[in-house]
Amino acid sequence: MPAIAWMAVFFLIPLYVVLCVAFGKVDPVFRSAIPVWNPLEWSFTQLAIVVDRLVGPDNFYLPPVLRTIAYVVIAVAACLLIAFPVAWFTARHAGSHKALVLTLLVAPFWISYMMRMLAWVNLLQNDGWVNKIISLNGLLPTEQAWLSGRPTTVILGLIYGYVPYMILPLFAALDRISPSLLEAARDLGAGGFDVFRRVILPMSIPGVAAGMLLVCLPMMGDYFTNDLLSGSPGTSMIGNLINNSITTPGQSGQAAALLLIVLVVLSAPMIWYTRSTARSEVRS
Amino acid sequence: MSGMTTVTDEANALSHVHSTPDNAPRKSYTLATITFIYLLWSLVPVAIAVLFSFNSGRSRSVWQGFSLRWYIWDPEGSVLHNESLRSAVVHTLVLGVITTAIVVPLGVLFALALDRWRGRVPSGASFAVLLSFVVPEIALAIGLLFMITWLATPFELGTTAQVIGLITFQLSYPVVIVRARLLTIGTHYEEAARDLGASPLGAVRRVLLPMLYPAIFVSAILVFADVLDNFVLVRYLSANAASETTSMKIYNTARAAPTPALNAIATLILLASFAVVIVGYLAYRKWGRGQGEEGTGLGSMAAM
Repeated sequence: MPAIAWMAVFFLIPLYVVLCVAFGKVDPVFRSAIPVWNPLEWSFTQLAIVVDRLVGPDNFYLPPVLRTIAYVVIAVAACLLIAFPVAWFTARHAGSHKALVLTLLVAPFWISYMMRMLAWVNLLQNDGWVNKIISLNGLLPTEQAWLSGRPTTVILGLIYGYVPYMILPLFAALDRISPSLLEAARDLGAGGFDVFRRVILPMSIPGVAAGMLLVCLPMMGDYFTNDLLSGSPGTSMIGNLINNSITTPGQSGQAAALLLIVLVVLSAPMIWYTRSTARSEVRS
Repeated sequence: MSGMTTVTDEANALSHVHSTPDNAPRKSYTLATITFIYLLWSLVPVAIAVLFSFNSGRSRSVWQGFSLRWYIWDPEGSVLHNESLRSAVVHTLVLGVITTAIVVPLGVLFALALDRWRGRVPSGASFAVLLSFVVPEIALAIGLLFMITWLATPFELGTTAQVIGLITFQLSYPVVIVRARLLTIGTHYEEAARDLGASPLGAVRRVLLPMLYPAIFVSAILVFADVLDNFVLVRYLSANAASETTSMKIYNTARAAPTPALNAIATLILLASFAVVIVGYLAYRKWGRGQGEEGTGLGSMAAM
């Protein structure tokens, strides 16, 4: 009971406040946001401002949004490409090393995300180890400024940060496939590729979907990876737009409206995931 | 785990008997290489960062010899002597302890309630819990920030707000894990205790609760480690330098020519997290023995 009250007060009310701010008015003098508590009096001023910046003539919100989609698509695809062989190896071929490999795969969860990014900031500095290795310790003149607004660095950072969240659900799904099933497929004449395409792949779909979602959702709101690895507006993403609006005085309304748009777009996958998790819980 | 391995081994052995031309060993060799490279890539950068926290010079890329300068000795920049670095570490740990102490009992009660009580309210509540799992953290953080800014709340930004936000965000861990355990336990034990004369509360306290200890323990570890890692919530709900955590410190100074002391505070939090996980793992193995518990922890990890 206290927990339900807690969730109501500190989970539902905050989300409602976001709505009230997003549909709130704008102070005529200071241009700051005024929340409107009564849903009947909600105005669309803030939303209009954001929509205008998205698709209007002065659409400076649009590039970061498109960039986010591009970065996330590339990063999620790369995560899947990395995660699948690793999860498959761990589930099937690790043999007596399975516990060890699994422990190492879980290790990033116990290392703070900021520390993992800090590690790359250290390596990618102008005099960092990456440049030293590329230039063969100063023999070649390749001084790359990795940390000043390179999309590649940001995407690699996203992949590095989130790939563990893809590996574990995938491992869980692949580990559940019974080896006798694969044997049966082979006995019935399927080649290696056929086994993969017609048995492993269909059976791993739930894991792939869960993994993609777990990786994709946080990337949509991520602004710190970008700030640490690039810091340039040339690579900013939706998360940066929201964060910048929050930290700029008087722009909370735009932040709320942006957040609302993101939440609405993401609500379908979020609800799908929540319901499928709830269902699988009931089944087990 | 070991049972699983034998099955796999048997399967491998069998496929050799069948002498499939796909020669599994070569394939697993490629996969092993990929996995090995992945593990190197994922862990070596962090190891290097830890290494440089022990550098005796100011550089974070040129090794100048081992020293504890950035932990203890440096009179200005070391974690021990620099007020803001030390307070970041202490504040992170304090948040971890307080949040875990509140969220775990709350979550266990919540799980018990959801397990017993059927109807609209609990199913809505359980949906909310699962939803809080996937709602981007930034949404909850901004919502709470707005709520504290515009509503007359009896608390202000700072430690209290941070703890409240963290509790809300972390509540789903104990609820999900303890509920899963409750489902596997079933109602028989409790019914048996009741038949033997235990009161309803006594049955829960003396029979059910001890069986839940491993699940409670696992969720406590997960919550603690996750709070140490938290950044978005903690940052938006912070008030001043006193409520700055380690992850905020890294975010604020990583690009501003920091000293290895920054690596040092990150390493300390890493050690705290690992210590809790290792202690927890050992205790868990001791408890879980004979309860058929194995895999639950990993399963719930994977569910995240």
